[in-house]
Amino acid sequence: MANLTNLYDVSKCTACRGCQVACKDWNQLPAVIEPFRGNYQTHEDTNADTYTIIKFIEHEDDPAEDVTWNFIKYQCMHCLDPACMKVCPQGAISQTNWGAVIKDYDKCIGCQYCTYACPFEIPKYRKRDDIVTKCTLCYDRVEEGLTPACARTCPTGALQFGDRDELLERAQDRVKFLRANGFPNATIYGKLELGGLNKLYVLTDTPDKFDLPVNPKVPGQITFWQNWVQPYFGWLIPLALAGSAVSFVTTRILAGKHGEHAEGGHE
Amino acid sequence: MTNHWIDLKNTDCALIMGSNAAENHPISFKWLTEARDKRGAKIINVDPRFTRTSARSDIYAPLRSGTDIAFMGGMFKYILENKLYHEEYVKYYTNATFLVKDSFDFEDGLFSGYDPNKRSYDTNKWAFETTEDGQYVKDMTMEHPRCVLQLLKKHYERYDIDTVCKITGTPKNKYLQVIKTYAATGDPAKTGTILYAMGTTQHTVGTENVRSFAMLQLLLGNIGRAGGGVNALRGESNVQGSTDWALLFHILPGYLATPEAQKHPTLAAYNQKETPKTGYWVNKPKFLASMLKSYWIKDDPEKSYYYLPKRIDGKNYSHIAMFEAMYNKEIEGLIIWGSNPIVGGPNANKEQAALANLKWMVAVDLWQTETSEFWSYKALDRATDKDEYKIKKPKDIQTEVFFLPACNSYEKAGSVSNSGRWMQYRWQACNPVGESRADLEIAHELTLKIKELYQGSSKPQDEPITHLYWDYGHGAHPDLDKIAQEINGFEVINGKPGAQVANFTKLKDDGTTACGNWIYSGCYPAVTGKPEDYLARRRDNRDVPYEGTKPIGSYLNWSWCWPINRRIIYNRCSATPEGKPWVEDLASIFWNGEKWVGNDIPDFGATKAPSDPGGTDAFIMRPEGVGCIYSKCNEGPFPEHYEPWESPVANILNSQSFNPVVVEWEPDKRGTPDKYPIIGTTYRVSEHWQSGVMTRMQPWLAELMPDVFVEMSEELAKEKGIRNGDNVIIMSTRGDIKAVACVTKRFKPHNVHGKHVHQIGVLWHFGFNGYATGDPANRLTPHIGDGNTMIPEYKAWLCDVRRA
Ligand code: SF4
Repeated sequence: MANLTNLYDVSKCTACRGCQVACKDWNQLPAVIEPFRGNYQTHEDTNADTYTIIKFIEHEDDPAEDVTWNFIKYQCMHCLDPACMKVCPQGAISQTNWGAVIKDYDKCIGCQYCTYACPFEIPKYRKRDDIVTKCTLCYDRVEEGLTPACARTCPTGALQFGDRDELLERAQDRVKFLRANGFPNATIYGKLELGGLNKLYVLTDTPDKFDLPVNPKVPGQITFWQNWVQPYFGWLIPLALAGSAVSFVTTRILAGKHGEHAEGGHE
Repeated sequence: MTNHWIDLKNTDCALIMGSNAAENHPISFKWLTEARDKRGAKIINVDPRFTRTSARSDIYAPLRSGTDIAFMGGMFKYILENKLYHEEYVKYYTNATFLVKDSFDFEDGLFSGYDPNKRSYDTNKWAFETTEDGQYVKDMTMEHPRCVLQLLKKHYERYDIDTVCKITGTPKNKYLQVIKTYAATGDPAKTGTILYAMGTTQHTVGTENVRSFAMLQLLLGNIGRAGGGVNALRGESNVQGSTDWALLFHILPGYLATPEAQKHPTLAAYNQKETPKTGYWVNKPKFLASMLKSYWIKDDPEKSYYYLPKRIDGKNYSHIAMFEAMYNKEIEGLIIWGSNPIVGGPNANKEQAALANLKWMVAVDLWQTETSEFWSYKALDRATDKDEYKIKKPKDIQTEVFFLPACNSYEKAGSVSNSGRWMQYRWQACNPVGESRADLEIAHELTLKIKELYQGSSKPQDEPITHLYWDYGHGAHPDLDKIAQEINGFEVINGKPGAQVANFTKLKDDGTTACGNWIYSGCYPAVTGKPEDYLARRRDNRDVPYEGTKPIGSYLNWSWCWPINRRIIYNRCSATPEGKPWVEDLASIFWNGEKWVGNDIPDFGATKAPSDPGGTDAFIMRPEGVGCIYSKCNEGPFPEHYEPWESPVANILNSQSFNPVVVEWEPDKRGTPDKYPIIGTTYRVSEHWQSGVMTRMQPWLAELMPDVFVEMSEELAKEKGIRNGDNVIIMSTRGDIKAVACVTKRFKPHNVHGKHVHQIGVLWHFGFNGYATGDPANRLTPHIGDGNTMIPEYKAWLCDVRRA
């Protein structure tokens, strides 16, 4: 089956955040009300009850020119080759035949390995259920013939859903149009990154201007883990489950460049 | 809107000014985005700060709040001097060719006929020159020094680019870019649309601001055409409907003036004084007589006219005036219905004190609002101990408050009229929660109860109630179809309803027809028993073009729109004087040799040929048949720049300190720049709605915008030692509030007369109830209104700010 994906065009997004609310509504996620910190953005990052956020980023390259105010919808990128799936010791993460990377919460044990493996730092630990959550690309809607809640609600047409190849073509045309109309750095994101993402972006500027990793990489240790440790040392897992020191040490090693992660786990 | 939402896709250029369309009317950007993609349209945004709308626009130009007329005036001058106007359109469809009497004059910000004591004008001084038999004298060359076009040129001579930019603070290059881009729509092959909202109207010169948009659109030939128009984006789903239905004190349903006791003692006197000699309003007596019949079906209109309440002549009953009256204990009781003035009203501290002077108040709303709980401890909490209005403790407030829970739009059926005048029926989705009820049911039961109390009375003064015709079925749920049928109108036979009328052209002034609101006549033209008899229920989403033309997004069989399902009003202007479309691809209506046909309902005599007398009188509602570049607003025939009531600078165009015709309610509360040097303004965000009652109670929406914040420039923040995210206090002569600082590159100090003038903006959605709470920004705003409508000047006032 061909891949079905979202195309998100920043040049059409007005940051109304209808998509953010539609996501909470469909997934029945509670509000996580944090005080206003001087930016329209609701949270610094996605969290276990907020699978998608719109980021608001101000730039001023040349004070004589207008400021630019970039908006970008951020959520799981549904990598075509998902590192999270490979590291999951429980096989809780799978990929549908149309490209959604989904989690089986009954299998998830909250070990958070996926959170370290993700190049976009997307999966988030939800303490009250001891699971790790993220955007599901609304596979439960899509498999019933509906479009994802976010794309369904978008008033401007910034978010579309459909066949990846077709959307890729549309994205290429759009980038051409934007380059000819005042955005010389316009580009596609998600076509080649990490071997392709099942979320496509049309950007009006380079990815760094949208807080996206310019050249996302799966952390080296993860590659080591998924290619070597996991297949041969499957016995590590029961140990980890027991909440042993091994788990603690592995977790720290894997934390690598990501720094702090949510506390808790499988105590 | 003269046009409608979908029509935005037909534009070549959109000027968004006084509106944050992307944030507050997200759907507008669906269509504007389409215009940009398919037609290469340009989007221009003029706003004191860089908003989400600016982020999606091609050109952004800042301006200081309250200087729109200066901005427009410079555009007029440039367009006239460079002959960029649509000459043929201006000549035939506007009053640019009319000669004005020489009693018209202008000096130092004042037109002739000004009475400083009354703060008003003798508008007869501005009359047009007429011949002995009452015809307007015109100069079709538009060269006569007293023709409107030349007077316009003369008036705006002073508005050169440098002067304008000194006033507005707009960088010159940006200003020129805006003018040139928008003026390009003067090309007959192009159209431009203006989108505005409360950023335009909420000023002491609000009406003149809108007037200046109308003038610009007439000059460029953009009215009545697909992709054009002056488009008011209504801030609430049914603002258009409620205005059509006499939300405002000065009008009856359908924009008929409310009668005044001395001026209009009888129906005959009303008709004589209010009916023009020419133009479609000659039918006014039919509309009023039919409305009276719909209220009192058994009485002659001459008699039932006495039942209508009359205003005291010249007295103002607008929002500010009413609250001033409550404050002065002239009003005892108040029914406050879906309104939350201690969050949304200007000078909210005073309005709260005014409520405390009432004997009783009935609040009808979905939730307990700040207003319905104005007497509570939390309502009396303040950011500082400055207390301008001596707000008391709960125990000192004697007002008896009743609360009636209303249900929301999904819990009831009925129509709303959107900004494009589309009357769209909505079906009920679920049952109301608890004891809550539809507004209509509350009104219905209230009326039935009142009628019951008066039953059997034979006193003549009780007749307005005992005779009131109220036949909407039995029980607590009024029959919506019966109401809609009465709105549409029917024949009256022996004091009883007869057949439906087709539309308002069938209404009579002799008491043989009844019609609730003439502009809605035609929405229910026949009763056959089908749901779609009520045309607002139609849902045909095909945009079928007229033979041989391209579709223009009219969707004529989707719902219904007033008047008579006409999607773009004044659409005679969409064709040349000879009756051909200006642009083939966007043909609205055109003359086919026998009649007017096309993709819309003609706003013109269906068979009146272009060559007939009056065949180019495109503005059928106007006595002169043309659009008004020159008109009679209270301030004068041409908008002149006046500074806001509270301004940090003096006016460099004239020596008037503010709009010469506005009423000053509280001269002692006028803030001065020595103490309050910063311009304050209020606005909304996508995530909250109006006074926040419906959104602050919703956790998911509260999460999106959890606190009241104040946007300010990095420069101002630095001067005041404020960091992003700090709590700050904002002060005006009316009160103080607390807010969180949003220090941003998107707000820049304005360069006015060579010095930096700071402006800040506060969200006005907040109050003490709900998941997202904060101080109401309107504790800062003044009790001063526009010179025509009295809309409060929420958008430009003076304040200061400090760290909390
Ligand atoms: S709903 Fe669409 S326009 Fe609104 S924030 Fe989401 S992507 Fe942007």
